[in-house]
Amino acid sequence: MTADRAPLIDLPYTKRTLDNGLDVIVHEDHHVPIVAVNLWYHVGSKNEQPGRTGFAHLFEHLMFEGSEHQNSGYFAPLQAAGGQLNGSTNADRTNYWEVVPTNAVDLALWMESDRMGFLLPALTKERFETQRDVVLNERRQNYENRPYGLALMAIVASLFPPDHPYNWITIGSADDIRAMKFEDVREFFRTYYHPSNASLVLAGDMTTDRAFELADRYFGDLPPGVKPAPVHAVATAEGERRLLLEDRVERPRLYIGWLTPPMYAPGDAELDLCGDLLANGKTARLYRTLVYERRVALDVSAAQQSREIAGYFVLAVTAAPGASLTDLAAAVDEEIARLAAEGPTTPEMERAEAQAEANFVYHLQTVGGFDGKSDQLNAYNVMRGDPGFFGKDLDRYRLATPESVRDAAQRYLRPDRRVVLSVVPRGQTAEALPGSEPVTVS
Amino acid sequence: MARVPLDRSAAPALGPVPAFTFPGIERHVLPNGLKVRTVEHTSAPVLTLAVQVEGGSGADPAAQEGLASLVADMVDEGTGSLSAIDVSDALSRIGGDYDVDTGPDAIGFSLTTLARFADRGADLLAGLLTRPSLRESDFARIRQLRIDRLRQIKDVASAVAERAFLRLLYGRHPYGHAPLGNEESLRVLSLDDVAGFHTLMFRPSQSTLVLVGGMRHAELLGVAERAFGGWAEPSGQAPVRTPASTIPPELTMRRIALVHREAAAQSELRIGHLAASRRTPDYAPLLVMNAILGGQFTSRVNMKLREEKAYTYGARTSFDWKRGLAPFALSTSVHTASTAAAIADASAEIEGIRGSRPVTEHELAHAKAALTRGYPAGFETAAQVARAVSQLALYDLPDTYFSDFVPTVGAVTAAEVTRVAAQYLDPARLTALVVGDAQVVADSLHTLSFGEPLQLPVQM
Repeated sequence: MTADRAPLIDLPYTKRTLDNGLDVIVHEDHHVPIVAVNLWYHVGSKNEQPGRTGFAHLFEHLMFEGSEHQNSGYFAPLQAAGGQLNGSTNADRTNYWEVVPTNAVDLALWMESDRMGFLLPALTKERFETQRDVVLNERRQNYENRPYGLALMAIVASLFPPDHPYNWITIGSADDIRAMKFEDVREFFRTYYHPSNASLVLAGDMTTDRAFELADRYFGDLPPGVKPAPVHAVATAEGERRLLLEDRVERPRLYIGWLTPPMYAPGDAELDLCGDLLANGKTARLYRTLVYERRVALDVSAAQQSREIAGYFVLAVTAAPGASLTDLAAAVDEEIARLAAEGPTTPEMERAEAQAEANFVYHLQTVGGFDGKSDQLNAYNVMRGDPGFFGKDLDRYRLATPESVRDAAQRYLRPDRRVVLSVVPRGQTAEALPGSEPVTVS
Repeated sequence: MARVPLDRSAAPALGPVPAFTFPGIERHVLPNGLKVRTVEHTSAPVLTLAVQVEGGSGADPAAQEGLASLVADMVDEGTGSLSAIDVSDALSRIGGDYDVDTGPDAIGFSLTTLARFADRGADLLAGLLTRPSLRESDFARIRQLRIDRLRQIKDVASAVAERAFLRLLYGRHPYGHAPLGNEESLRVLSLDDVAGFHTLMFRPSQSTLVLVGGMRHAELLGVAERAFGGWAEPSGQAPVRTPASTIPPELTMRRIALVHREAAAQSELRIGHLAASRRTPDYAPLLVMNAILGGQFTSRVNMKLREEKAYTYGARTSFDWKRGLAPFALSTSVHTASTAAAIADASAEIEGIRGSRPVTEHELAHAKAALTRGYPAGFETAAQVARAVSQLALYDLPDTYFSDFVPTVGAVTAAEVTRVAAQYLDPARLTALVVGDAQVVADSLHTLSFGEPLQLPVQM
């Protein structure tokens, strides 16, 4: 290691589990008089069934509409206290967070605990129907009305079999959303929204003792519920599938998707590094070759999508005017084959290590919100059962070797087991890779 | 042993508002004229350097729209013996997070790095800004990527709307184009234009460097002096600060424009007009007024269009602040079938807050509390603080601005909010823009009192 070697970086915490099964994790940070409240429920679109997709995300919307004792919107009281709040749903979990001035921690916890324990008495059919329409608008705005917005749906639908919950993305299908029944909400809430399936982090300007005292005060009397069974599903990659999607786009774009190991499994960090060294920044191999030197591509991206029960790696490259997807596919294949045969160079590994360390340090600056320290502690607790995984997580990147990165590329980014999607301007199906089969996504 | 359930009947009261000391800013001027502001910030071992160069896209010469932004993009393409690839490599090796943003009044560069790489980071940034290589082959590539980008965003409804709306409001004023410029103007630019703009605009006397990090003021200043002290002021007259002196033409009536987007699932909407400069003395009441009308989730506009009518995933209003005259606008994306109804409801909200439905004491208290109590949360990271301090420089605001913010906003009254709404918002000269399926929506737009829809092409 060089003299520039980083000092140890750490994310200290204390964890206790309440009698009802709620995990509570506390992290002190006294720089700014704010506290982050971050609550994860271990439920996402992975817990949905085919034909009923999009439910977990719609449900998240309902959590902001009111609960028995706060029977109107959740934004007004918290914003009036100077707080920020939001939530998000992905395949594996749903998170809710507030960042409040220290004098409003009680309010935030009173509200979070009220919607954990007392959501249903306040939930009306009218609120449900309004949010169902809001979600359909969200889907139109962010997927249907956006260039390439439907590509990921086509890729996961092909990578994962129909009974695998990663076969669909979190927003769900429009038909399923329209068909949702108010009656289904009750069952969903009872199954997934209770202390045994949740994890609470308090991070910020308060003492650890006070944080635990408040967590117990507001959440301690809620009934535990039954921990849902883990979801098991298997996906196996076989052969190369070529797909074609017409879209309102100016330039054709090639997507390649591969099945990869799940989050934190061996190979996951290495594939993350593969994504960086292929496409992140001007030094990245594909950017350098295709965009910088040959100028046959307008942009390139590549990333490991780390998920709880399986991962997938998605690479995308957009053809410059005059370039064909067939040429791009050949160039991409060549770079990946070289990576799989020779592995990364020493400078590539040095850059990756420096960037990983810096990114971990930058994360330490923010207590709340998406990807702040509180969210990170919850990710480690829910996905690893270990909030102290911060250092070990960084070590996954520090300890990666040229050989381990090469092996991951070799094993997972294979030309003979993947989905290759050509997204082409409407009416220009000849731009797709030969042998591509048209798909419809809606 | 059964525990006694918590009495949940009433929300817990808020405690006393916690004290917060806003970051202290020290000002320095280097002998070459560079303005330096330092802030000690200790939350993590990081340093953010932010350089603001006067003259953004508003300084683009006529027929050279997109020049400032292209120059900004050329900066990290090389310096001295370093190629673009070498620069990217050097940034990665210090874990650097480099960003550039071309606004209407200035170009902002920022670099966040680990504190132990402070001098390396500052040297690199100074080299890029003051001695960029500006090579022909890089220029050709960057310009082509921008032209291709323009063609791609033709398909992005929000981007089409932003560009068309600026042109509708400002006409040929220097604020009337997006920083990216347009295909025609980019095609005629040359490397000489880039070099000329750089020489003219990138000068220490017209720039501000902000350093925020876990070091003492003197150490931060030392970093600035070592890296930027050798930056020589070019000869020749410094350009006039933006905005250009011409005032955009005043509209006297409502109008509506329509950009057709075949089979669009939604209509992208913009509704507004030119309203005020960031340096208006009414900034605080305007901020409060906007929060109530459309600046937060619980605003009148979002509650009406999203939560009551379910026309949209979200709707908001904002002032797109500039040193010169800036627009007020409502923006949203609505289900195609709801287009006309959404425009009517949005216009009614803009009208209502001017007096027929004046803000209530409850709304006022809520908006002021949301703006002031949450204010300290914006000072967590070095990058946040650097951005905030750069804004002070951009708008000539005093160093006491942060600590004055809470009392100033707190003093705003309901009468003032109604006054500024009536004074700065004018429903009689609203411009509405629809980017959507003309075949489906055109007829319904006639039912609005905005006159005959003006059909516009997609302009890139």
